[in-house]
Amino acid sequence: MADGTSRAAEKGDSWWHRNQQALSPWLFLAPGVLFFLVYVIFPIFQSFNISFYDWDGLGAKKFIGLYNYEDLYWDEAFYTSLKNNLIWLVLYLAAIPAGLFIALFLNQTVTGIRLYKSLFFFPFVISQVVVGLVFTWFYDPTFGLLNILLGSLGMDPINVLGDENYVTFGIIFAGLWPQTAYCMILYLTGLNAVDPEQIEAGRLDGAKGWKMLWYIILPQLRPATFIAFVVTIIGALRSFDLISIMTNGGPFGASRVLSFYMFEVALSEYGFRMGYGAAIAVVLFLIMLMFIAYFLWSMYREEKGR
Amino acid sequence: MFPTPIERTSRAWQVSYQAFLPLALILWLLPLIGVAVFSVKPAADFTNANYWGLPSSFEGFTNYALVFTGSDMPRYLLNSVFITAPTVLGAVALSSMTGFALGIYKFRSNIWIFFMFVAGNFVPFQILMVPVRELTLSMGLYNTITGLVLFHIAFQTGFCTLFMRNFIRALPFELVEAARVEGISEWRIFWYVVLPLMKPAIAALSVLIFTFIWNDYFWAVVLTQGVESQPVTAGITSFNAQYRAAYHLMSAGSIVAALPPVAMFFLMQKHFIAGLTLGAVK
Repeated sequence: MADGTSRAAEKGDSWWHRNQQALSPWLFLAPGVLFFLVYVIFPIFQSFNISFYDWDGLGAKKFIGLYNYEDLYWDEAFYTSLKNNLIWLVLYLAAIPAGLFIALFLNQTVTGIRLYKSLFFFPFVISQVVVGLVFTWFYDPTFGLLNILLGSLGMDPINVLGDENYVTFGIIFAGLWPQTAYCMILYLTGLNAVDPEQIEAGRLDGAKGWKMLWYIILPQLRPATFIAFVVTIIGALRSFDLISIMTNGGPFGASRVLSFYMFEVALSEYGFRMGYGAAIAVVLFLIMLMFIAYFLWSMYREEKGR
Repeated sequence: MFPTPIERTSRAWQVSYQAFLPLALILWLLPLIGVAVFSVKPAADFTNANYWGLPSSFEGFTNYALVFTGSDMPRYLLNSVFITAPTVLGAVALSSMTGFALGIYKFRSNIWIFFMFVAGNFVPFQILMVPVRELTLSMGLYNTITGLVLFHIAFQTGFCTLFMRNFIRALPFELVEAARVEGISEWRIFWYVVLPLMKPAIAALSVLIFTFIWNDYFWAVVLTQGVESQPVTAGITSFNAQYRAAYHLMSAGSIVAALPPVAMFFLMQKHFIAGLTLGAVK
């Protein structure tokens, strides 16, 4: 008894004990939130701010209002990058059906299938720098496999990465390789969880092949499709490594996208136009924001639905 | 199971599936197989335009040995390790706490803080580039491993928090309630009740973050520039400049640079895929 009261005096009445449950989440959050604010959230606003200045990264900043944006409006290279970004966005989505197709192909239980699945996933694990290098050689006009293939079909060699009309498609194709692997693994996991009873019921009703896929399987794969969509859009707008490795934006800037052009303007040998770079980044951010808002909205509905 | 299990189809279909499987795999991995073959060829094969034929002699050992002795590759690899390991530790540590806070406690701004992490995780890197570079410069950490690690920890905390929070939400909440009734302090609940249950999530995140950070190229280029701090993804470009047109060495170098995440994937496959496909199934 005496022991009990002393413990209550020691613990129960202390300010900390009374407020522990209300304060704990903030203490747990503090380090992570602090880091995230300093390195991710504040820099977004700082970039908006910098985009109103003329600044070489060293000297004094000079406020020039919307001048950087006016510059963008007249900048041919900006439109090339924007157009390429759109091409990336649209064509990159091909990774989703391609991934689904491979997942359906591999969703069997023959011997060794696990190893096959891992090896098909392989391209996603290696760095994009290496993927870029590998595909640069694949496209090489003198010894690349592509041109040997074309040659055996009696066609003239194409210098994919040296031709303004092909270069972006060539790089996107390289990017689709790991991205398809990613979508495949999402769908393989999704297919694993498809309700076998519904499939059997569908079979009894005479659903087969495409009809089965469209009306019974795909609706159950919706969560996988959503994630595949999110990561593919983000991946498309983040494309940088491949362009930097494969063409460095060329030929004549034909393969630039906003993320690469921004880097080029702000940090490469062409000079340090931080303000102009920030303005490009802001445009890219606003494009991404539309998607982020949509993703968050979907998540919010889901949270409320629980 | 969909599509129809192969055992239930005709014999002819079964045989052709079994035969097509390895064929499809070779086709899928053709670019990589090419590089692997390149990496064991002698230099003479390339001057003789024997690009895709069989190697005229096996020079694998010489080529790979040269990668380790004739360049800065070992240093770049070491840098990558020193960048990746602390980032994994830091991001997992921070996000187990934020994930715990957002997964267990109910308070009004909970979902907004959660959304801040999720949204921040999706932003294009370029909107952060100039300010983060400035911040790193002003702290005197430009071109240091520490500078790169600090940013990586912060940014990865976004994705990790999303992951941890959803994982903790799926744990039985009764455990926490029971512990509270017992009068156990919140910190001890975190440490002794919830953290042990988070082991699979921690394993999954560790391999994922390892791969993401090892393969990072953009931030390596933005925040570092020399052999004393650049990771192997950035190092490989200077390696390639050093051995321009020496395809056998560039291939061997690329394979060395790509190998650690590949090894990690095969060793921790279950966790890796569990992490990557979180949310793909309801």
